[in-house]
Amino acid sequence: MEKEKILEINHMRISFCQYQKGMRQTELQVIRDLNVTVHAGEMVAIVGSSGSGKSLLAHGILGILPYNAFMKGEIQYCGETLTEKRIRKLRGKEIVLVPQSTSYLDPLMKVGQQICKGKKNPEKKRKLNRIFEQYSLDQKVQEQYPFELSGGMTRRIMISTALIETPKLVIADEPTPGLDPRLARRAMEHFRQLADMGAAVLMITHDLELALDTADRIQVFYAGYTIEDAIAEDFLKEETLRHPYTRALWRAMPKNGFHYIDGVQPYTRDMKPGCPFAPRCEKCTDRCREKEVPWRSSGNGYVRCVYDT
Amino acid sequence: MNRTTGKFIFRNFIKMILLLFAVSIAAFALMTASPIDPLKANVGQTALGSMSQEQIAKLEEYWGVGKPPVQRYLAWFRDFVKGDMGVSLLYRQKVTTVIAVKLGNSLFLMVIAWILSGVTGFLLGALAGMKHGKPIDKVIKGYCLLISSTPAFWIAMLLLMIFGVWLKILPIGLSVPIGVEASGVTFLDRVRHAILPAVTLSITGISNIAMHTREKMIDICDSDYVLFARARGESTWEIFRNHGFRNVLGPAMTLQFASISEIFGGSVLVEQVFSYPGLGQAAVSAGLGSDLPLLMAITIISAIFVFGGNLIANILYGVIDPRIRRGGVVR
Amino acid sequence: MKEAATFPEKRLDVYTEKNFAENEEGYRKKKWNRRKTIIVLLIVAIGFLAAVCIGGFFCKEAAQVTDFSRKNLPPCLSYPFGTDWLGRDMFARTVRGLSISIIIGVCAATFSAVMAFILGVVSATMGKTADAVVTWFIDLVMGIPHMLLLILICVACGRGLKGVILGVALTHWTSLARLIRGEVLQLKEQIYIKTAKKLGKSNLYIAMKHMVPHLLPQFIVGLVLLFPHAILHESSITFLGFGLSNEQPAIGIILSEAMKYLVTGKWWLALFPGIMLILTVVCFFTTGENLRMLLDPASVHE
Repeated sequence: MEKEKILEINHMRISFCQYQKGMRQTELQVIRDLNVTVHAGEMVAIVGSSGSGKSLLAHGILGILPYNAFMKGEIQYCGETLTEKRIRKLRGKEIVLVPQSTSYLDPLMKVGQQICKGKKNPEKKRKLNRIFEQYSLDQKVQEQYPFELSGGMTRRIMISTALIETPKLVIADEPTPGLDPRLARRAMEHFRQLADMGAAVLMITHDLELALDTADRIQVFYAGYTIEDAIAEDFLKEETLRHPYTRALWRAMPKNGFHYIDGVQPYTRDMKPGCPFAPRCEKCTDRCREKEVPWRSSGNGYVRCVYDT
Repeated sequence: MNRTTGKFIFRNFIKMILLLFAVSIAAFALMTASPIDPLKANVGQTALGSMSQEQIAKLEEYWGVGKPPVQRYLAWFRDFVKGDMGVSLLYRQKVTTVIAVKLGNSLFLMVIAWILSGVTGFLLGALAGMKHGKPIDKVIKGYCLLISSTPAFWIAMLLLMIFGVWLKILPIGLSVPIGVEASGVTFLDRVRHAILPAVTLSITGISNIAMHTREKMIDICDSDYVLFARARGESTWEIFRNHGFRNVLGPAMTLQFASISEIFGGSVLVEQVFSYPGLGQAAVSAGLGSDLPLLMAITIISAIFVFGGNLIANILYGVIDPRIRRGGVVR
Repeated sequence: MKEAATFPEKRLDVYTEKNFAENEEGYRKKKWNRRKTIIVLLIVAIGFLAAVCIGGFFCKEAAQVTDFSRKNLPPCLSYPFGTDWLGRDMFARTVRGLSISIIIGVCAATFSAVMAFILGVVSATMGKTADAVVTWFIDLVMGIPHMLLLILICVACGRGLKGVILGVALTHWTSLARLIRGEVLQLKEQIYIKTAKKLGKSNLYIAMKHMVPHLLPQFIVGLVLLFPHAILHESSITFLGFGLSNEQPAIGIILSEAMKYLVTGKWWLALFPGIMLILTVVCFFTTGENLRMLLDPASVHE
């Protein structure tokens, strides 16, 4: 893949500061070690179970984490470090977010106005009309309020907020929950189109099957770590997958037999050192429990496991 | 506006009438329950002693002593419905006349204070909410805490000391200069005499609206849509213009209309300090002098204002919020 | 930090701007966090209030002593708040007055809060009619401006201590009652309470085990936050002449006497008692707000 590298994240960590019992403050690590690379024209899906803090990744890149959250690590955008100053200039223009639900739309602002950020720019207006046509949305919808929209319409409106700009990087945060399978697939196709038009698309989702349909590469996120980075084709066979958890995921897919493994993801507060998957892994040894497992390349992907599989 | 809105207003209106009726009964009951003998309070013990039995009987009739309360209430109510609120015992004038004058004076004061405190309070609250946690927020919050901890009459006294006694630039009391005939009073005189009371009332009114606007604004700034706006690169000013103002205006206006009762309460104290001849001062003298008809009338009038304010607040909410205006179901 | 050591060497901090670095440093080293500040503030506020109350007990005599050889003294070292036209020590009078006001305020507010609690619970649990009646009464009380209703009640009680306490109590219960009512209604809909009911737990058990732990903090905070309002209204109604008699130097009486001497330039008569009153009320407000912060589970993120 010789395309331009748009986004590269190395060793991202995000933690929260919280009060425990009484007056003690503790640090709660939500994202522990996350590595992602997205190229132009590529669609990468980060897949992890719900509520595992994946959304924070998007917020972290955009510099909109809550005030009690802290981030470490390295983010490169178009070959240059993405500093807080730089993201302030880029967000909403080159780097756009497509949010997950209606609550991200101002309930008291008309849809059209909202997409144009309240500005009355005739050029933007024309562009908006074109986007509406493309997504077969009635022009009247521009004058409606978010509460008057259906689920599928809301989805398209939110993608429109990204299209009104000319983004190089689109970050989509759980764009499908609450949609029926047909609509969800449609929504994914919209993002595929964006990637085909040359943008880099980073999709954060919990739906592996849907991601496999459209994305070029899949990243598996587990208990705050990225544990595997594989191209979509690797998911055709169990053998081409690298990490035991990814294989477990593969076996859990309906078409592959619906096999579930026992246990749950460890809660961030009771995490032990070593491999996060160790308690549930059949191949687990003392090495896995003692030391941090490094992120290393393996074939045409990456894995966080001491074994070559 | 549709039929549901009309029905809503009608129902609220009926409720308001019933509540007013209840208010009048409550006020009447409280007044008649008073152990204070109006004769002794107003004529004086010694004067009563030197009077003949007939004179006392006449006075008793004037002050309404001796008749059963239910009968008196019914008589009062019958007259009230006809628009006759009786005769003020203290001022020896028709209550309607007394109220008309006093209400005019008070309204002049209260409307100024209401608008002034509403606008400043809204702006301060919005600013503090947008800058949550920053020094400016702490200053505004501190100011609000201080003001809501200060009795209105003490602020009035403080301002009186500074501007009336010490700097001598504003008059000390009354709504018109002493010794000037009514026709010689200019509008400017009235304004000069109303400045201090109006400023006092505004200062006390600001804290309530500012605190509420601030809370709402903080909620809005924590909302997903503001987070998204930030992700789209909107500046703080754009966020305020596009989202903050829009979403905070409704609740703030509702609150300001619903807080008429507080400005009424404040005016009682402030008018007392500045000897401003308004409704509040009349209420105090009516209370101290057991002037039942006048106090009843003042209670009813103020309740009308309060309920009216609430009604407007409810209607306004529907007009501002498209979810209600467009007939949608409120989430 | 254990895992930090195992990170690869190449580890650049992206957000190197100083605010971020400072934050990271700041919160790790911050032994002195917000909650500790809150507790210190609480202790200071309660200490001040206790001092005033105890002081008032000892100032009872001193507040009454008249001495014409020292009348109308502006503030000085031996009389920090000055003396009045009868030569009474204003400091003693202020402390005494405040302690009276605090006691009256606390009594009235407690009365009011208990009333609010009972009515709130009744309205939420005793069916539609009870709810309608209570809501109606709330609307009624809120419809008359507080000061006016206070005047009416004080007149009905013939002015004096009883009138003030009753008046303040009867005017302040509405918002807390609404809060409790809403809270109970919400609790009743909670799944864990419905489950408990299905499991055949008695109403008493549910109330004690699930409702009280939830309502108690709300009630305590509501009660503490009623104190300042009660004291303010008590001083206001006394100031207007409806409350206590002139022999009892409640803070409202002191200030209303001071007003008569305002024009003659005796500023200290009004200034210091007023400032002390404000301090007292501020102490109550901060106590209430800080208690709320400590008891609120959502404040873990602060």
